[in-house]
Amino acid sequence: MALQLTNRSKVVSNKEQSFMESLYLPAIFKGMMITFSHLFKKRATLKYPEETRQTSAVYRGEHVLKRDENGAERCTSCGMCAVACPAEAITMESAERKKGEEHLYREEKYASTYEINMLRCIFCGLCEEACPKEAIFLTEKIVDTDYEREDFIYGKDRLLEKMTQRIDISKRQTPEVLAFKKIPGLKHNELFDGKKLNKGKH
Amino acid sequence: MMSFILYKAILCVGVFTLSLVIAMYSTLWERKFASFLQDRVGPDRAGPWGILQPLADGGKLFFKEEIVPNVSNKFLFILGPCLFMVTALMTGVVIPWGKDVVVHGTTYALQITDINIGILYLFGVVSIGVYGIMIGGWASNNKYALLGAIRASSQMISYEIAMGLAVIALVITAGGTLSLREIVEKQDAGLCNFVYQPLGFLIFFICALAETNRAPFDLPECESELVGGYHTEYSSMKLGLFLFAEYINMFISSAIMSAFYFGGYNFPYAHELYNAMGLQEGSVWISLIGFGAFFTKTLIFISVFMWVRWTLPRFRYDQLMNLGWKILIPLALANLAITSVVMYFVNR
Repeated sequence: MALQLTNRSKVVSNKEQSFMESLYLPAIFKGMMITFSHLFKKRATLKYPEETRQTSAVYRGEHVLKRDENGAERCTSCGMCAVACPAEAITMESAERKKGEEHLYREEKYASTYEINMLRCIFCGLCEEACPKEAIFLTEKIVDTDYEREDFIYGKDRLLEKMTQRIDISKRQTPEVLAFKKIPGLKHNELFDGKKLNKGKH
Repeated sequence: MMSFILYKAILCVGVFTLSLVIAMYSTLWERKFASFLQDRVGPDRAGPWGILQPLADGGKLFFKEEIVPNVSNKFLFILGPCLFMVTALMTGVVIPWGKDVVVHGTTYALQITDINIGILYLFGVVSIGVYGIMIGGWASNNKYALLGAIRASSQMISYEIAMGLAVIALVITAGGTLSLREIVEKQDAGLCNFVYQPLGFLIFFICALAETNRAPFDLPECESELVGGYHTEYSSMKLGLFLFAEYINMFISSAIMSAFYFGGYNFPYAHELYNAMGLQEGSVWISLIGFGAFFTKTLIFISVFMWVRWTLPRFRYDQLMNLGWKILIPLALANLAITSVVMYFVNR
């Protein structure tokens, strides 16, 4: 006998049908009863736009660019998210903050454009993990459907958190997560904490 | 005389409309019922509970491109679905929908015509229905369509024999009448024919499934082998006519089954109910209640057709022929022989 991997295997027999079996009607009736019993079972369907499936608190959906408590953009256009992104979905351009824009941008440098291609994005969350300024987060929102490919490249207009509807990310930004992001062994932390980035290039 | 013609014309239009509306909503109910059997919700976006879905589907069919293959016989290509539809609608003529209504001394029958060879008429019209499929499939000049059409016609012809034999046994029990109204009226006093002819009913039901090309006998349009079967080349409303006629056929066969075997517009304790309500013979209400009972039975049969479809897998072609010729026809013959002998002794 061959090696038995599971106990689900069945011995197939080729024995002749009995008279009752050859009538088929009992078997048909049994089958009909099975389908009939399904009339009274719970529907598996979720009527999507009206109902949504409950997601985990750290579900990885559409991104948001957070503002700080004063409403200034947190992103400093450092490009860590773009480097971390395995799908190369993130592109950005930097600009220098002018005088009088302190209420708009938290630090001297900011992203003048920030684009995520939602068709490239695989929603892995590495951008969120890489961000040293706690600026980008994934939310529970599912990316909307659209007709054109261009329409899936989300700019700052769609990504930036609206002042009127702030997004709660406290479930994602737990002290454990913050502590994890400070672990020196991680590549991006090492680079940042060692101030290697500040030398030369910048 | 004028009023008689007018009344019949109204009745014709009524039956026509009823058939179409039922066929329309059968498509929705089919999808709904299938989804219920499969733990789904089914179409529910077009109107509340999806009740506008058939209209949307029909509208879609009207706006689809009308394609007539270049190499096909155009006249026959168009004739096929028309014939199928016409014969499907013609079968509704002899069905008694309810008891006669007497208004101001005039009797109005809720049946378009009560010909004394009603059953023969039915079988004749159903046989012409095969031509619709056959012509459509042949005129498409497509091998799949032709194969589907051949399958459909051979299947329908094979199962008509067993069906006919089952009905002959029924006619013997019903006292030798071929009029549908008399068959239904006979069941008013006594038990319904199903009690006398359970095997006959089973054979009739199986044959009705095969006649209407419903699963598990839907080989003529078997997608896995024949693309679309006899309507492969059809598009737009011509395809719609084929699909629609199939649902009308289903409705009519359900109606015939409930008339033949389950008492039509009669139901248990009907007279007690009418007496309790103080209704006179020939009252409109009696007809309406009877029609309701008949309709309920028909709808139940339509649902059973669907229930069978969404439970059983399709037969293989040789299995289909074996079942038809080697099992159903001998069974129907045995049923006929036993019925004849028993009725001979009962009537003596």
